[in-house]
Amino acid sequence: MSGYSKRTKQELAQRVAQDIFDGAYVNLGIGQPTLVANYLPEGVEVVLHSENGILGMGPAPAMEDEDYDLINAGKQPVTLLPGGAFFHHADSFAMMRGGHLDISVLGAFQVSVTGDLANWSTGEAGAIPAVGGAMDLAVGAKQTWVMMDLLTKQGVSKVVSVCTYPLTGIGCVKRIYSDLATLECTTDGLKLIDKVQGLEHTELERLLGLPVQT
Amino acid sequence: MACCVVLCCVVMGYQMIDKVALSAAEALGPVQDGSTILIGGFGTAGIPNELIDALIQCGAGGLTVVNNNAGSGDTGLAALLQSGQVKKVICSFPRTGDSWVFESLYRSGKIELELVPQGNLAERLRAAGAGVGAFFTPTGYGTELARHADGRWKETRHINGKDYVLEFPIRGDVALIKAEAGDRWGNLTFRKAARNFGPVMATAAKRTIATVHEIVALGQLNPEVIVTPGIFVSKIVKIERLATQSGAVKRATCEEHRA
Repeated sequence: MSGYSKRTKQELAQRVAQDIFDGAYVNLGIGQPTLVANYLPEGVEVVLHSENGILGMGPAPAMEDEDYDLINAGKQPVTLLPGGAFFHHADSFAMMRGGHLDISVLGAFQVSVTGDLANWSTGEAGAIPAVGGAMDLAVGAKQTWVMMDLLTKQGVSKVVSVCTYPLTGIGCVKRIYSDLATLECTTDGLKLIDKVQGLEHTELERLLGLPVQT
Repeated sequence: MACCVVLCCVVMGYQMIDKVALSAAEALGPVQDGSTILIGGFGTAGIPNELIDALIQCGAGGLTVVNNNAGSGDTGLAALLQSGQVKKVICSFPRTGDSWVFESLYRSGKIELELVPQGNLAERLRAAGAGVGAFFTPTGYGTELARHADGRWKETRHINGKDYVLEFPIRGDVALIKAEAGDRWGNLTFRKAARNFGPVMATAAKRTIATVHEIVALGQLNPEVIVTPGIFVSKIVKIERLATQSGAVKRATCEEHRA
Protein backbone atom coordinates (compact mmCIF):
# COMPACT_ATOMS: atom_id res chain seq x y z
CA MET A 1 0.00 0.00 0.00
CA SER A 2 2.60 2.55 1.05
CA GLY A 3 5.63 3.25 -1.04
CA TYR A 4 4.31 6.66 -2.09
CA SER A 5 3.38 9.81 -0.28
CA LYS A 6 0.69 12.33 -1.19
CA ARG A 7 1.49 15.84 -2.35
CA THR A 8 0.95 18.32 0.49
CA LYS A 9 -1.31 21.32 -0.19
CA GLN A 10 1.83 23.38 -0.79
CA GLU A 11 3.32 20.80 -3.16
CA LEU A 12 0.04 20.62 -5.02
CA ALA A 13 -0.07 24.41 -5.35
CA GLN A 14 3.51 24.26 -6.61
CA ARG A 15 2.56 21.57 -9.16
CA VAL A 16 -0.27 23.73 -10.53
CA ALA A 17 1.93 26.82 -10.62
CA GLN A 18 4.52 24.94 -12.67
CA ASP A 19 2.03 24.70 -15.59
CA ILE A 20 1.01 28.36 -15.60
CA PHE A 21 2.67 30.04 -18.55
CA ASP A 22 4.25 33.45 -18.91
CA GLY A 23 1.74 36.17 -19.75
CA ALA A 24 -1.29 34.16 -18.63
CA TYR A 25 -4.44 35.84 -17.30
CA VAL A 26 -5.50 33.62 -14.43
CA ASN A 27 -8.37 33.41 -11.96
CA LEU A 28 -7.60 31.48 -8.79
CA GLY A 29 -10.78 30.29 -7.07
CA ILE A 30 -11.57 30.83 -3.41
CA GLY A 31 -9.80 28.45 -0.99
CA GLN A 32 -6.99 26.10 -1.98
CA PRO A 33 -6.41 27.58 -5.48
CA THR A 34 -5.35 30.92 -3.96
CA LEU A 35 -2.20 29.14 -2.68
CA VAL A 36 -1.00 28.80 -6.29
CA ALA A 37 -0.10 32.51 -6.31
CA ASN A 38 2.67 31.80 -3.78
CA TYR A 39 4.48 29.39 -6.11
CA LEU A 40 4.50 31.06 -9.51
CA PRO A 41 7.88 30.34 -11.09
CA GLU A 42 10.58 33.03 -11.20
CA GLY A 43 10.53 35.08 -14.37
CA VAL A 44 6.94 34.17 -15.20
CA GLU A 45 4.67 37.20 -15.32
CA VAL A 46 1.05 36.32 -14.63
CA VAL A 47 -1.92 38.67 -14.31
CA LEU A 48 -4.36 37.58 -11.62
CA HIS A 49 -8.07 38.31 -12.11
CA SER A 50 -10.60 38.68 -9.32
CA GLU A 51 -14.21 38.51 -10.45
CA ASN A 52 -15.28 41.47 -8.32
CA GLY A 53 -13.41 43.71 -10.75
CA ILE A 54 -9.63 43.50 -10.47
CA LEU A 55 -6.85 42.58 -12.90
CA GLY A 56 -3.29 42.63 -11.60
CA MET A 57 -4.24 41.59 -8.09
CA GLY A 58 -1.35 41.43 -5.65
CA PRO A 59 -0.83 39.70 -2.29
CA ALA A 60 -2.50 40.57 1.00
CA PRO A 61 -1.38 43.91 2.50
CA ALA A 62 0.08 44.49 5.95
CA MET A 63 -2.76 44.78 8.42
CA GLU A 64 -2.49 48.55 8.83
CA ASP A 65 -2.70 48.97 5.03
CA GLU A 66 -5.92 47.02 4.59
CA ASP A 67 -8.44 48.88 2.45
CA TYR A 68 -12.00 47.60 2.45
CA ASP A 69 -12.54 48.95 -1.07
CA LEU A 70 -9.76 46.63 -2.28
CA ILE A 71 -10.83 43.05 -1.62
CA ASN A 72 -10.79 39.82 -3.60
CA ALA A 73 -13.71 37.55 -4.48
CA GLY A 74 -13.26 35.82 -1.12
CA LYS A 75 -13.77 39.26 0.45
CA GLN A 76 -10.21 39.32 1.85
CA PRO A 77 -8.11 42.51 1.60
CA VAL A 78 -5.61 42.41 -1.29
CA THR A 79 -3.32 44.84 -3.10
CA LEU A 80 -3.05 46.06 -6.69
CA LEU A 81 0.19 45.62 -8.63
CA PRO A 82 1.56 48.36 -10.90
CA GLY A 83 -0.35 47.99 -14.19
CA GLY A 84 -3.45 46.68 -12.42
CA ALA A 85 -6.93 47.86 -13.34
CA PHE A 86 -10.43 48.07 -11.90
CA PHE A 87 -13.67 47.46 -13.83
CA HIS A 88 -17.31 46.72 -13.15
CA HIS A 89 -18.95 43.32 -12.79
CA ALA A 90 -20.36 43.03 -16.31
CA ASP A 91 -16.90 43.67 -17.80
CA SER A 92 -15.34 41.30 -15.30
CA PHE A 93 -17.60 38.42 -16.29
CA ALA A 94 -17.25 39.30 -19.98
CA MET A 95 -13.56 38.53 -19.45
CA MET A 96 -14.59 34.98 -18.53
CA ARG A 97 -17.58 34.35 -20.73
CA GLY A 98 -15.84 35.98 -23.68
CA GLY A 99 -12.92 33.58 -23.40
CA HIS A 100 -10.32 36.23 -22.55
CA LEU A 101 -9.16 34.56 -19.36
CA ASP A 102 -6.53 31.89 -20.02
CA ILE A 103 -6.83 29.73 -16.93
CA SER A 104 -9.37 29.31 -14.15
CA VAL A 105 -8.34 27.14 -11.19
CA LEU A 106 -11.21 25.81 -9.08
CA GLY A 107 -11.88 23.43 -6.23
CA ALA A 108 -14.36 20.58 -6.72
CA PHE A 109 -16.61 18.07 -4.97
CA GLN A 110 -16.64 15.81 -8.03
CA VAL A 111 -15.28 15.80 -11.57
CA SER A 112 -16.38 13.32 -14.23
CA VAL A 113 -13.94 11.59 -16.57
CA THR A 114 -15.24 13.75 -19.41
CA GLY A 115 -14.79 16.97 -17.44
CA ASP A 116 -18.22 17.63 -15.94
CA LEU A 117 -17.77 19.67 -12.78
CA ALA A 118 -19.73 19.65 -9.51
CA ASN A 119 -18.42 22.25 -7.08
CA TRP A 120 -21.25 24.52 -5.96
CA SER A 121 -23.69 22.35 -4.04
CA THR A 122 -23.75 18.95 -2.42
CA GLY A 123 -27.51 18.89 -2.97
CA GLU A 124 -27.95 18.40 0.77
CA ALA A 125 -31.60 18.83 1.77
CA GLY A 126 -32.26 22.06 3.64
CA ALA A 127 -28.97 23.72 2.69
CA ILE A 128 -29.31 27.27 1.39
CA PRO A 129 -28.12 27.21 -2.21
CA ALA A 130 -25.30 29.62 -3.17
CA VAL A 131 -23.40 29.68 -6.46
CA GLY A 132 -21.48 32.95 -6.77
CA GLY A 133 -19.23 32.98 -9.83
CA ALA A 134 -18.59 29.22 -9.92
CA MET A 135 -20.65 28.49 -13.04
CA ASP A 136 -19.20 31.44 -14.93
CA LEU A 137 -15.64 30.50 -14.01
CA ALA A 138 -16.20 26.88 -15.00
CA VAL A 139 -17.33 27.57 -18.56
CA GLY A 140 -15.68 30.88 -19.32
CA ALA A 141 -11.92 30.46 -19.26
CA LYS A 142 -9.92 28.96 -22.12
CA GLN A 143 -8.81 26.24 -19.70
CA THR A 144 -10.50 25.20 -16.47
CA TRP A 145 -8.31 23.30 -14.03
CA VAL A 146 -9.47 21.63 -10.87
CA MET A 147 -7.31 21.38 -7.78
CA MET A 148 -8.41 18.87 -5.14
CA ASP A 149 -7.68 15.75 -3.12
CA LEU A 150 -8.34 12.71 -5.28
CA LEU A 151 -10.29 10.96 -2.53
CA THR A 152 -12.82 12.11 0.06
CA LYS A 153 -11.98 11.72 3.75
CA GLN A 154 -13.88 8.43 3.54
CA GLY A 155 -11.58 7.25 0.75
CA VAL A 156 -14.15 7.58 -2.05
CA SER A 157 -12.91 8.83 -5.42
CA LYS A 158 -13.92 12.39 -6.28
CA VAL A 159 -13.28 11.57 -9.92
CA VAL A 160 -16.36 9.72 -11.14
CA SER A 161 -17.88 8.37 -14.33
CA VAL A 162 -21.00 10.52 -13.77
CA CYS A 163 -21.33 13.30 -11.16
CA THR A 164 -23.98 12.64 -8.51
CA TYR A 165 -23.79 16.14 -7.03
CA PRO A 166 -25.52 19.03 -8.84
CA LEU A 167 -23.51 20.13 -11.87
CA THR A 168 -21.63 23.40 -12.18
CA GLY A 169 -20.79 22.90 -15.86
CA ILE A 170 -20.66 20.19 -18.51
CA GLY A 171 -17.40 18.99 -20.08
CA CYS A 172 -15.59 22.09 -18.86
CA VAL A 173 -12.68 20.68 -16.82
CA LYS A 174 -9.52 20.08 -18.79
CA ARG A 175 -7.17 18.99 -16.03
CA ILE A 176 -7.37 17.64 -12.50
CA TYR A 177 -4.42 18.45 -10.26
CA SER A 178 -4.60 16.24 -7.19
CA ASP A 179 -2.57 15.06 -4.24
CA LEU A 180 -1.86 11.75 -6.03
CA ALA A 181 -1.86 12.43 -9.75
CA THR A 182 -2.42 14.96 -12.50
CA LEU A 183 -5.09 13.82 -14.93
CA GLU A 184 -6.55 15.09 -18.16
CA CYS A 185 -10.31 14.83 -18.78
CA THR A 186 -11.12 13.99 -22.39
CA THR A 187 -14.16 12.81 -24.33
CA ASP A 188 -12.43 9.39 -24.30
CA GLY A 189 -11.99 9.41 -20.51
CA LEU A 190 -9.04 10.04 -18.18
CA LYS A 191 -5.47 10.36 -19.36
CA LEU A 192 -2.48 10.38 -17.03
CA ILE A 193 -0.21 13.43 -17.02
CA ASP A 194 1.83 12.49 -13.95
CA LYS A 195 1.55 10.77 -10.57
CA VAL A 196 3.45 10.87 -7.30
CA GLN A 197 6.57 8.78 -7.12
CA GLY A 198 6.03 5.17 -6.09
CA LEU A 199 2.29 5.11 -6.90
CA GLU A 200 1.68 2.14 -9.21
CA HIS A 201 -0.65 2.76 -12.16
CA THR A 202 -2.85 -0.15 -11.12
CA GLU A 203 -3.12 1.25 -7.60
CA LEU A 204 -4.17 4.65 -9.00
CA GLU A 205 -6.87 2.96 -11.10
CA ARG A 206 -7.98 0.94 -8.06
CA LEU A 207 -8.32 4.08 -5.93
CA LEU A 208 -10.26 5.85 -8.69
CA GLY A 209 -12.28 2.80 -9.65
CA LEU A 210 -11.76 4.02 -13.21
CA PRO A 211 -9.43 3.25 -16.10
CA VAL A 212 -6.66 5.78 -16.76
CA GLN A 213 -4.93 5.87 -20.15
CA THR A 214 -1.23 6.53 -20.20
CA MET B 1 -20.87 85.21 -21.73
CA ALA B 2 -21.42 82.15 -19.56
CA CYS B 3 -22.93 84.41 -16.91
CA CYS B 4 -25.28 85.84 -19.52
CA VAL B 5 -26.48 82.37 -20.47
CA VAL B 6 -27.09 81.44 -16.84
CA LEU B 7 -28.86 84.74 -16.22
CA CYS B 8 -31.07 84.27 -19.27
CA CYS B 9 -31.97 80.79 -18.08
CA VAL B 10 -32.91 82.09 -14.66
CA VAL B 11 -34.88 84.99 -16.11
CA MET B 12 -36.70 82.68 -18.53
CA GLY B 13 -37.49 80.24 -15.73
CA TYR B 14 -35.19 77.41 -16.80
CA GLN B 15 -33.57 75.45 -14.01
CA MET B 16 -30.08 74.14 -14.18
CA ILE B 17 -29.62 70.44 -13.84
CA ASP B 18 -28.93 69.76 -10.20
CA LYS B 19 -29.03 66.15 -9.05
CA VAL B 20 -27.49 66.87 -5.67
CA ALA B 21 -29.78 66.01 -2.75
CA LEU B 22 -29.14 67.16 0.79
CA SER B 23 -30.05 63.94 2.54
CA ALA B 24 -30.30 60.26 1.75
CA ALA B 25 -34.08 60.41 2.30
CA GLU B 26 -34.44 63.31 -0.14
CA ALA B 27 -32.24 61.51 -2.66
CA LEU B 28 -34.27 58.32 -2.39
CA GLY B 29 -37.64 60.04 -2.76
CA PRO B 30 -40.87 58.04 -2.79
CA VAL B 31 -40.64 54.28 -3.39
CA GLN B 32 -43.75 52.33 -4.42
CA ASP B 33 -44.71 49.09 -2.70
CA GLY B 34 -43.73 46.12 -4.85
CA SER B 35 -40.73 47.88 -6.41
CA THR B 36 -37.60 46.10 -7.58
CA ILE B 37 -34.55 47.65 -5.88
CA LEU B 38 -31.06 47.06 -7.26
CA ILE B 39 -28.47 47.43 -4.50
CA GLY B 40 -24.77 47.66 -5.36
CA GLY B 41 -21.90 46.30 -3.32
CA PHE B 42 -19.77 43.22 -2.94
CA GLY B 43 -18.34 42.23 0.42
CA THR B 44 -17.21 45.33 2.28
CA ALA B 45 -16.91 47.38 -0.91
CA GLY B 46 -19.52 49.63 -2.47
CA ILE B 47 -22.52 49.03 -0.23
CA PRO B 48 -24.81 52.11 -0.11
CA ASN B 49 -25.74 51.64 3.55
CA GLU B 50 -27.11 55.18 4.02
CA LEU B 51 -29.56 54.66 1.15
CA ILE B 52 -30.59 51.25 2.47
CA ASP B 53 -31.32 52.92 5.82
CA ALA B 54 -33.40 55.54 4.01
CA LEU B 55 -35.31 52.75 2.25
CA ILE B 56 -36.06 51.16 5.63
CA GLN B 57 -37.27 54.55 6.91
CA CYS B 58 -39.53 55.11 3.89
CA GLY B 59 -41.34 51.89 4.73
CA ALA B 60 -42.13 50.64 1.20
CA GLY B 61 -43.04 46.95 1.31
CA GLY B 62 -43.32 43.89 -0.92
CA LEU B 63 -39.93 44.72 -2.41
CA THR B 64 -37.75 42.57 -4.64
CA VAL B 65 -34.09 43.21 -3.84
CA VAL B 66 -31.23 42.48 -6.24
CA ASN B 67 -27.74 42.27 -4.73
CA ASN B 68 -24.85 39.84 -5.07
CA ASN B 69 -25.47 38.64 -1.51
CA ALA B 70 -28.33 38.56 0.97
CA GLY B 71 -26.98 40.71 3.76
CA SER B 72 -24.60 40.01 6.59
CA GLY B 73 -24.65 40.87 10.28
CA ASP B 74 -27.55 43.04 11.41
CA THR B 75 -27.05 46.25 9.45
CA GLY B 76 -27.50 47.42 5.87
CA LEU B 77 -29.21 44.87 3.65
CA ALA B 78 -29.68 42.48 6.58
CA ALA B 79 -31.59 45.22 8.45
CA LEU B 80 -33.76 45.80 5.37
CA LEU B 81 -34.60 42.10 5.20
CA GLN B 82 -35.26 42.05 8.95
CA SER B 83 -37.72 44.94 8.56
CA GLY B 84 -40.06 42.63 6.64
CA GLN B 85 -40.18 44.97 3.62
CA VAL B 86 -38.63 42.43 1.23
CA LYS B 87 -40.59 39.56 -0.32
CA LYS B 88 -37.92 38.31 -2.72
CA VAL B 89 -34.14 38.38 -3.06
CA ILE B 90 -32.37 37.86 -6.40
CA CYS B 91 -28.69 37.12 -5.75
CA SER B 92 -25.78 34.78 -6.47
CA PHE B 93 -24.50 34.02 -2.99
CA PRO B 94 -26.96 34.33 -0.08
CA ARG B 95 -24.93 32.21 2.33
CA THR B 96 -22.11 33.76 4.32
CA GLY B 97 -20.82 33.16 7.83
CA ASP B 98 -23.04 35.87 9.26
CA SER B 99 -26.09 35.86 6.96
CA TRP B 100 -28.34 34.75 9.79
CA VAL B 101 -31.14 37.24 9.04
CA PHE B 102 -31.66 35.88 5.53
CA GLU B 103 -31.23 32.30 6.69
CA SER B 104 -33.90 32.63 9.35
CA LEU B 105 -36.39 34.32 6.96
CA TYR B 106 -35.67 31.77 4.21
CA ARG B 107 -36.07 28.77 6.46
CA SER B 108 -39.36 30.09 7.85
CA GLY B 109 -40.66 30.63 4.31
CA LYS B 110 -40.90 34.40 4.75
CA ILE B 111 -38.66 35.28 1.83
CA GLU B 112 -38.34 34.02 -1.72
CA LEU B 113 -34.93 33.40 -3.33
CA GLU B 114 -33.98 33.48 -7.01
CA LEU B 115 -30.42 32.18 -7.25
CA VAL B 116 -28.54 33.51 -10.29
CA PRO B 117 -24.92 32.79 -11.27
CA GLN B 118 -22.93 35.96 -10.62
CA GLY B 119 -22.01 36.61 -14.25
CA ASN B 120 -25.57 36.05 -15.40
CA LEU B 121 -26.71 38.49 -12.72
CA ALA B 122 -24.32 41.14 -14.05
CA GLU B 123 -25.26 40.42 -17.68
CA ARG B 124 -29.02 40.41 -17.00
CA LEU B 125 -28.59 43.88 -15.45
CA ARG B 126 -26.44 44.97 -18.38
CA ALA B 127 -29.08 43.71 -20.81
CA ALA B 128 -31.75 45.71 -18.98
CA GLY B 129 -29.63 48.85 -19.18
CA ALA B 130 -28.78 48.32 -22.85
CA GLY B 131 -32.34 47.57 -23.97
CA VAL B 132 -31.55 43.96 -24.90
CA GLY B 133 -34.69 41.78 -24.89
CA ALA B 134 -32.95 38.57 -23.78
CA PHE B 135 -29.64 36.85 -24.44
CA PHE B 136 -28.11 33.39 -24.74
CA THR B 137 -25.39 32.62 -22.19
CA PRO B 138 -23.28 29.46 -21.75
CA THR B 139 -23.22 29.92 -17.97
CA GLY B 140 -25.47 27.46 -16.17
CA TYR B 141 -26.26 25.30 -19.19
CA GLY B 142 -27.22 21.78 -18.10
CA THR B 143 -27.39 22.77 -14.41
CA GLU B 144 -30.23 23.17 -11.94
CA LEU B 145 -29.97 26.94 -12.39
CA ALA B 146 -31.14 26.58 -16.00
CA ARG B 147 -34.67 25.99 -14.68
CA HIS B 148 -37.51 28.44 -14.14
CA ALA B 149 -38.94 28.81 -10.61
CA ASP B 150 -41.68 26.32 -11.52
CA GLY B 151 -39.09 23.68 -12.46
CA ARG B 152 -39.44 23.91 -16.26
CA TRP B 153 -36.17 24.07 -18.18
CA LYS B 154 -35.31 27.45 -19.60
CA GLU B 155 -35.09 27.72 -23.36
CA THR B 156 -31.72 26.61 -24.75
CA ARG B 157 -30.01 26.83 -28.12
CA HIS B 158 -27.04 25.21 -29.81
CA ILE B 159 -25.05 27.94 -31.55
CA ASN B 160 -21.81 27.29 -33.45
CA GLY B 161 -21.08 24.11 -31.55
CA LYS B 162 -21.85 25.45 -28.09
CA ASP B 163 -24.89 25.23 -25.81
CA TYR B 164 -26.57 28.31 -24.38
CA VAL B 165 -29.43 29.20 -22.03
CA LEU B 166 -31.85 32.05 -22.71
CA GLU B 167 -31.80 34.60 -19.92
CA PHE B 168 -33.94 37.72 -19.50
CA PRO B 169 -33.03 41.19 -18.24
CA ILE B 170 -33.45 42.27 -14.62
CA ARG B 171 -34.93 45.76 -14.59
CA GLY B 172 -34.98 47.86 -11.45
CA ASP B 173 -37.38 50.55 -10.41
CA VAL B 174 -34.68 52.06 -8.23
CA ALA B 175 -30.92 51.42 -8.05
CA LEU B 176 -29.00 52.31 -4.90
CA ILE B 177 -25.25 52.50 -5.46
CA LYS B 178 -22.13 53.86 -3.80
CA ALA B 179 -19.66 55.94 -5.79
CA GLU B 180 -16.62 58.01 -4.90
CA ALA B 181 -17.13 61.46 -6.42
CA GLY B 182 -19.91 63.11 -8.37
CA ASP B 183 -21.04 66.45 -9.81
CA ARG B 184 -24.44 68.10 -10.17
CA TRP B 185 -25.00 66.42 -13.53
CA GLY B 186 -24.68 63.05 -11.78
CA ASN B 187 -21.39 62.04 -13.39
CA LEU B 188 -19.67 59.50 -11.16
CA THR B 189 -16.27 58.05 -10.43
CA PHE B 190 -15.70 55.01 -8.25
CA ARG B 191 -12.98 53.79 -5.92
CA LYS B 192 -11.09 50.53 -6.43
CA ALA B 193 -13.16 47.35 -6.19
CA ALA B 194 -16.09 49.30 -4.72
CA ARG B 195 -17.09 49.86 -8.35
CA ASN B 196 -18.39 46.26 -8.69
CA PHE B 197 -22.12 46.29 -9.59
CA GLY B 198 -22.54 50.10 -9.35
CA PRO B 199 -22.08 51.17 -12.99
CA VAL B 200 -24.13 48.32 -14.44
CA MET B 201 -26.98 48.72 -11.93
CA ALA B 202 -27.02 52.47 -12.63
CA THR B 203 -27.98 51.71 -16.24
CA ALA B 204 -30.65 49.16 -15.33
CA ALA B 205 -33.07 51.16 -13.16
CA LYS B 206 -35.68 53.83 -13.82
CA ARG B 207 -34.14 55.89 -11.02
CA THR B 208 -30.56 55.60 -9.78
CA ILE B 209 -29.44 57.11 -6.50
CA ALA B 210 -25.74 57.25 -5.65
CA THR B 211 -23.90 58.12 -2.49
CA VAL B 212 -20.59 59.91 -3.00
CA HIS B 213 -17.83 60.94 -0.68
CA GLU B 214 -17.17 64.09 -2.62
CA ILE B 215 -19.27 66.49 -4.67
CA VAL B 216 -17.21 68.57 -7.09
CA ALA B 217 -18.01 71.48 -9.38
CA LEU B 218 -19.09 70.67 -12.90
CA GLY B 219 -16.01 70.21 -15.06
CA GLN B 220 -13.82 69.11 -12.18
CA LEU B 221 -14.19 65.40 -12.90
CA ASN B 222 -11.82 64.42 -15.68
CA PRO B 223 -14.14 63.40 -18.55
CA GLU B 224 -11.67 60.62 -19.40
CA VAL B 225 -12.16 58.98 -16.01
CA ILE B 226 -15.90 59.40 -15.48
CA VAL B 227 -17.17 55.81 -15.21
CA THR B 228 -20.90 56.45 -15.04
CA PRO B 229 -22.13 59.43 -17.05
CA GLY B 230 -24.91 61.46 -15.44
CA ILE B 231 -27.54 60.24 -17.91
CA PHE B 232 -27.76 57.07 -15.81
CA VAL B 233 -28.03 58.91 -12.48
CA SER B 234 -31.05 60.61 -10.91
CA LYS B 235 -29.74 61.87 -7.57
CA ILE B 236 -26.49 61.96 -5.65
CA VAL B 237 -25.97 62.57 -1.96
CA LYS B 238 -22.76 63.19 -0.06
CA ILE B 239 -21.88 60.90 2.82
CA GLU B 240 -19.02 61.06 5.26
CA ARG B 241 -16.17 58.73 4.41
CA LEU B 242 -15.97 57.41 7.93
CA ALA B 243 -19.70 57.35 8.53
CA THR B 244 -19.87 54.03 6.74
CA GLN B 245 -18.12 50.80 7.44
CA SER B 246 -18.38 49.74 3.86
CA GLY B 247 -15.70 51.36 1.81
CA ALA B 248 -14.10 53.03 4.77
CA VAL B 249 -10.36 53.05 4.42
CA LYS B 250 -8.93 51.19 7.36
CA ARG B 251 -5.86 53.38 7.49
CA ALA B 252 -8.05 56.46 7.63
CA THR B 253 -10.01 54.87 10.44
CA CYS B 254 -6.80 54.11 12.31
CA GLU B 255 -5.61 57.68 11.87
CA GLU B 256 -8.95 58.93 13.08
CA HIS B 257 -8.59 56.80 16.17
CA ARG B 258 -5.07 58.01 16.78
CA ALA B 259 -6.10 61.64 16.28
